[in-house]
Amino acid sequence: MDLFRSHVLVCGGTGCSSSGSAELIRLFEEDIAKAGLENEVKVVRTGCFGLCAMGPIVIVYPEGAFYSRIRPENVEEIVNEHLLKGRIVRRLLCSEAIEDETTTKSLDEVDFYKKQKRVALRNCGVIDPENIDEYIAFDGYRALGKVLTEMTPQEVIDVIKASGLRGRGGAGFPTGTKWQFARNAVGDKKFVCCNADEGDPGAFMDRSVLEGDPHAVIEAMAIAAYAIGSDQGYIYVRAEYPIAVKRLQIAIGQAREYGLLGKNIFGTDFSFDLDIRLGAGAFVCGEETALMNSIEGKRGEPRPRPPFPANKGLFEKPTILNNVETYANVAQIILKGADWFASMGTEKSKGTKVFALGGKINNTGLVEIPMGTTLREIIYDIGGGIPNGKKFKAAQTGGPSGGCIPASLLDVSIDYDSLIAIGSMMGSGGMIVMDEDNCMVDIARFFLDFTVDESCGKCTPCRIGTRRMLEILERITEGKGEPGDIEKLETLAKNIKATALCGLGQTAPNPVLSTLQYFRDEYEAHIYEKRCPAGHCKKLLRYTIDPALCKGCSLCSKVCPVGAITGELRKTFSIDPNKCIKCGSCMEKCRFNAISRK
Amino acid sequence: MKSLEELAAIRQRTLEGVNMRHDRHGTRIVVGMATCGIAAGARPVMMKFVEEIKKRNLQDVNVSQTGCIGMCELEPLVEVYMPGQEKVTYVKMTAEKASKVVNDHIVNGQVVSEYTIGNYKK
Repeated sequence: MDLFRSHVLVCGGTGCSSSGSAELIRLFEEDIAKAGLENEVKVVRTGCFGLCAMGPIVIVYPEGAFYSRIRPENVEEIVNEHLLKGRIVRRLLCSEAIEDETTTKSLDEVDFYKKQKRVALRNCGVIDPENIDEYIAFDGYRALGKVLTEMTPQEVIDVIKASGLRGRGGAGFPTGTKWQFARNAVGDKKFVCCNADEGDPGAFMDRSVLEGDPHAVIEAMAIAAYAIGSDQGYIYVRAEYPIAVKRLQIAIGQAREYGLLGKNIFGTDFSFDLDIRLGAGAFVCGEETALMNSIEGKRGEPRPRPPFPANKGLFEKPTILNNVETYANVAQIILKGADWFASMGTEKSKGTKVFALGGKINNTGLVEIPMGTTLREIIYDIGGGIPNGKKFKAAQTGGPSGGCIPASLLDVSIDYDSLIAIGSMMGSGGMIVMDEDNCMVDIARFFLDFTVDESCGKCTPCRIGTRRMLEILERITEGKGEPGDIEKLETLAKNIKATALCGLGQTAPNPVLSTLQYFRDEYEAHIYEKRCPAGHCKKLLRYTIDPALCKGCSLCSKVCPVGAITGELRKTFSIDPNKCIKCGSCMEKCRFNAISRK
Repeated sequence: MKSLEELAAIRQRTLEGVNMRHDRHGTRIVVGMATCGIAAGARPVMMKFVEEIKKRNLQDVNVSQTGCIGMCELEPLVEVYMPGQEKVTYVKMTAEKASKVVNDHIVNGQVVSEYTIGNYKK
């Protein structure tokens, strides 16, 4: 590999790609060549750096200069100033990276990264995901080599068990135990599968791992295959992740070329190959049995368990299915040991967890924290708090299967068991932050709307039960809630939880139950007082003019698109609630703050 | 891939190229690369430093550039920051001098006083 004195790392994750990072790479290469630096400076497209809100992100090493929100017109300046003359363009640096007048912080000192611990994301934003050599340079495939030449399959499983690694897809089943079941199962053929069908609204952890470090998943699947005695794997990834799919295809091709997939890997008897199966984006296909049906070419519907996949999974053969992020931890555990991994996190939740931070938060993006970090640290220290000085109301974790954590529980430790105890769940890692303007009834309605849409329809409780719940929620948000609705929701929720076929159905009522637990007063305000405390539900809003403040200027009545505001000039105006369409134009226009919304 | 050695060889070969992508807290060699420095020949000096560090496989040493250090008549200027030590400034550097600085100062800890700014003034 040629030696370059400086590396320009440009994020090529989905977030930064959609804000134009491919164009930046092209311009950097062009301008660097123009400056005659093409033999000194290398441009590398990497995976996600995590701070997506500040994208496109460009990092220049060896200085570690952290540029954010780079536009095509900035490239020439960075090349001429920084790369040619060595003057960091401070104006374009991420504001968090600026220490004082003259010094800049290194990346690991920036608030967003300081409390993070990147294990699953260790290579994201560091290596070129389309170059297997760079993965190998950062210890890639050494774990596979170690496993194949020094360890027995049982020893591999023992290490994973001792590390305390639990499934990162949401339910948190101990990974080592799962592998043990599959190893113990009798079968002439066994399969290793990877669940990359990330479907929770707002979640993109798995996508970022696949985009930034695809070989980590491939290596871990080969290790798993050795441990359980399999020679064939499948990665089930949704077709809506085109960059992830492309990089996986490239990675698999390179691994085959190097003989890291295929026959007699590292000169041993072990052979393993891997294929990609594209999913069409049905949420239910993230459920393990439905996923296997889909790989088999059948309709993506769950099967009853038992038999569990470890005994009768894909094509009725013993199968293990792990999530992308789970796999991303495996090679590190083998290399650094179970004790290293177990030293991070809490007693029952070891290691780290990646979260996709979204919603009403300043630093939207991807964060990886040690288990046991508090929600407060994630939201205020890493996430940079709530925009516009608003108040934090709740965080939603676990997507449509999870629940809301209210402000009173901000100091809860983020680990599997603590989250279950307060009625939410870890989930795959989506974390949506809500402020005082979010209506909790509407949030519950949003998630139920999603579940109804995505229900596969195989079992009655989910197909019909969730729809009935949605209808009630819609009624409540439209101001047609009736006494008894809350109790009906609770009964339905209890029954669906007890009787639905698959995990997704069983957890579908959770958003309703948890909002009822912590925000019952909001439901009651909607039903009994016909008002939305957050001022969100349009049909419950009422615009009124305060006669004491109104000067009778008539601006509001001129701007009203439906003629709902009437009055005489220089006298008090009034709004006809029956005509008002609640567009808010009058409130914006009023110069005397006489119009209020309740 | 038939052996672990093969893997280790790829690893070694590539590592040198990607090693700089970490935050470093070790030795920093800073080369003045403003117009004055470049005109005086700073580029070959910097490339020599990069090359020497690679050749000797020195970890935790990085070479970066900076703007005008201020004494344009003494360019190319090079500053060496080692943790816990005072900054050393070398003046009128050349590629040959750069090799000696790496050998004596960076590797063996002996400042090459004949090239330093203090010595030049005398």
